[in-house]
Amino acid sequence: MNMVEAIRDAMDIKLADDKNVVVFGEDVGFFGGVFRCTQGLQEKYGTSRVFDSPINESGIVGAGIGMAAYGLRPCVEIQFADYIYPAYDQIVSEAARLRYRSAGDFTAPITIRSPVGGGIFGGQTHSQSPEALFTHVSGLKTIIPSNPRDAKGLLISAIEDDDPVVFFEPKRLYNGPFDGHHERPASNWTKHPLGDVPDGHYTVPIGKASVFRPGRDLTILTYGTMVYVAEAAVNETGVDGEIIDLRTLLPLDIEAITASVQKTGRCMVLHEATLTSGFGAELCARVQETCFYHLEVPVERVTGWDTPYPHAQEWDYFPGPTRVGNALKAMMETV
Amino acid sequence: MSKYAPLEFTVPEPASRPGDDADFSDIDIPLAGTVRRPPIDVSPSEIKDLSSTMIRVLRRDGAAVGPWAQEGIDDLLLTGLRSMMRTRAFDERMMTLQRQGKTSFYMKCTGEEAIAVGHQLALSPGDMNFPTYRQQGLLIAQEYPLTDMICQILSNERDPLKGRQLPVLYSSKKHGFFSISGNLGTQFIHAVGWAMASAISGDTKIASGWIGDGSTAENDFHSALVNASVYKPPVVLNVVNNQWAISSFRGIAGGDEATFAERAHGYDIASLRVDGNDLMAVLAVSDWAIERARRGHGPTLIEWVTYRVAPHSTSDDPSKYRPREESDAWPLGDPVIRLKNHLVQRSLWSEERHSQAEAEFEDEIRTAAREAEEFGVMGEGSSARDLFEDVFKEMPPYLREQRQKLGV
Repeated sequence: MNMVEAIRDAMDIKLADDKNVVVFGEDVGFFGGVFRCTQGLQEKYGTSRVFDSPINESGIVGAGIGMAAYGLRPCVEIQFADYIYPAYDQIVSEAARLRYRSAGDFTAPITIRSPVGGGIFGGQTHSQSPEALFTHVSGLKTIIPSNPRDAKGLLISAIEDDDPVVFFEPKRLYNGPFDGHHERPASNWTKHPLGDVPDGHYTVPIGKASVFRPGRDLTILTYGTMVYVAEAAVNETGVDGEIIDLRTLLPLDIEAITASVQKTGRCMVLHEATLTSGFGAELCARVQETCFYHLEVPVERVTGWDTPYPHAQEWDYFPGPTRVGNALKAMMETV
Repeated sequence: MSKYAPLEFTVPEPASRPGDDADFSDIDIPLAGTVRRPPIDVSPSEIKDLSSTMIRVLRRDGAAVGPWAQEGIDDLLLTGLRSMMRTRAFDERMMTLQRQGKTSFYMKCTGEEAIAVGHQLALSPGDMNFPTYRQQGLLIAQEYPLTDMICQILSNERDPLKGRQLPVLYSSKKHGFFSISGNLGTQFIHAVGWAMASAISGDTKIASGWIGDGSTAENDFHSALVNASVYKPPVVLNVVNNQWAISSFRGIAGGDEATFAERAHGYDIASLRVDGNDLMAVLAVSDWAIERARRGHGPTLIEWVTYRVAPHSTSDDPSKYRPREESDAWPLGDPVIRLKNHLVQRSLWSEERHSQAEAEFEDEIRTAAREAEEFGVMGEGSSARDLFEDVFKEMPPYLREQRQKLGV
């Protein structure tokens, strides 16, 4: 099963087992979404459960908050994370704050799904990774899965969660794992063990990282698309890197991070988003808080550059396996 | 040399500023009773004229006239009068508490009492308001415990919101009162979403959204209207046009080029413009719009024309930007006095009973305030532990750690 099918399966299961779940967003109804994540759901559950919304992101989230206050469990789609900014006030000032400011009288159990990341030649309006803008907000949970099996289990967890969840889907991974070698043939999920998605209802817990690849030399803290870039760089350099797929950015699995970095003594932070004030900055701070005396070299950040996401220069921006590999080698040489 | 004259930039100005005589000559006020009352299932396009006029029931002499005058609601009118009086007395007492340093902040709704009170009396249990900070009348009209309100204002030990919200930003699901946001306008689309949910669930409840004239400029206003237009949910969208958004007059929100009610035309939403200082008009129009929503005929936008007699808040001084006497010159009068005159004329009320009631409410509120003050004033009695609760349903480990760092 690919990631699109896994995400659709999660919504299908929740629409079937909870009459309060509704799914809506731009183009998600009849057409089934520009990435096909909701294909067939309207036909199966009807137009009052799965429907198209106006091109009005603040309205999609705002209406969702109102529905959640009524008692529904909306799972809404923002077509690209690059379009989420008109909804930012509704997410930050309303969804994230409602439980707190009403002392639990009203809550907003809403899931906001949105594709993130580049690698699809989408230019600056279809490629951004704005996760740090959401992890900075108290009252929000932020999830970025890296494979179909996690995506399904985490999306079910998100929809069942009683708090608002931002669920970012790395669009470059929808159809297959991507190692950053854009010039090579694409692989697909059918050949990958994590494309083997269990049938029916299951959950992957929010707030738990996974060890994507165990290793002894060095820890790579990463998530989403970069998990496969890290894997490629490890394989190509021969550095025995332990790849931690964070899966949930907030709440962050500090225990898993600490256990790995204390074991390896070296830590690379890797994400596609821009460097300055990126989520990597938080990871660096956490690692020095819990692992300072175990570190043999400074924590290294490999990220996108502090520029808008370019179009024609996409592969110069993207932190691919060569850049990651060079940084890995340098970290192993420094003692 | 250009063939065009230099362009001129426009910034609207109100008719009068401090030092000028108050001037409301630009507000057209039709005689009470002269605006028609359409059936509740009317198509929005057939009542476009009703968003450019003003529905009024109470005549200057106190008589209730025209097609919107309801009969057989004497008890309701008396309740409405008493609720308006209680709201006003409450506001006055809270101002005193603020001056005494017992609360940091307060916002009065003086002159606007008829709107929230009248609307609440037309709603049914289970319906949900999405209010702004100037609709305290919604709570007071349904006997929400005054002590609880005051405890919220004092941010004390019994504050239902545990000291987390500014004074007056109440929340009570049980009383159909959605948590007030300090970010203006955001709740307007929530009302639409809540109403959509009611329809999706096959319920019969309706939502009522509230926004001020100034905040209609927010994009959430458009979000609410476009979604209400598309999905036709059971929602009433109330615009309280009290002429002033802090220091900006209605024209800065574009309210002089077209009425706020006329905004609804482009969305094909039924729209009515109403004398908001006329409790009988508020009741009748609210009934109409609520019934229309509950019968499945879709949303209605209502512009309630009124005047903000009070400063924006205790932090504001209106004499800096509008004539001091402007509220005395407001042509729609005072909602309490207008309804009182009507009831006195019909021998349902008297000057004596009015004075007695004023004393009774003042006493009631003073007692409630005293009771509330026993639980602390100005943040006393609030718990630092509450700082970390309710960020999420379950407290994550990192918040527990931060709570330990604070030592609570």
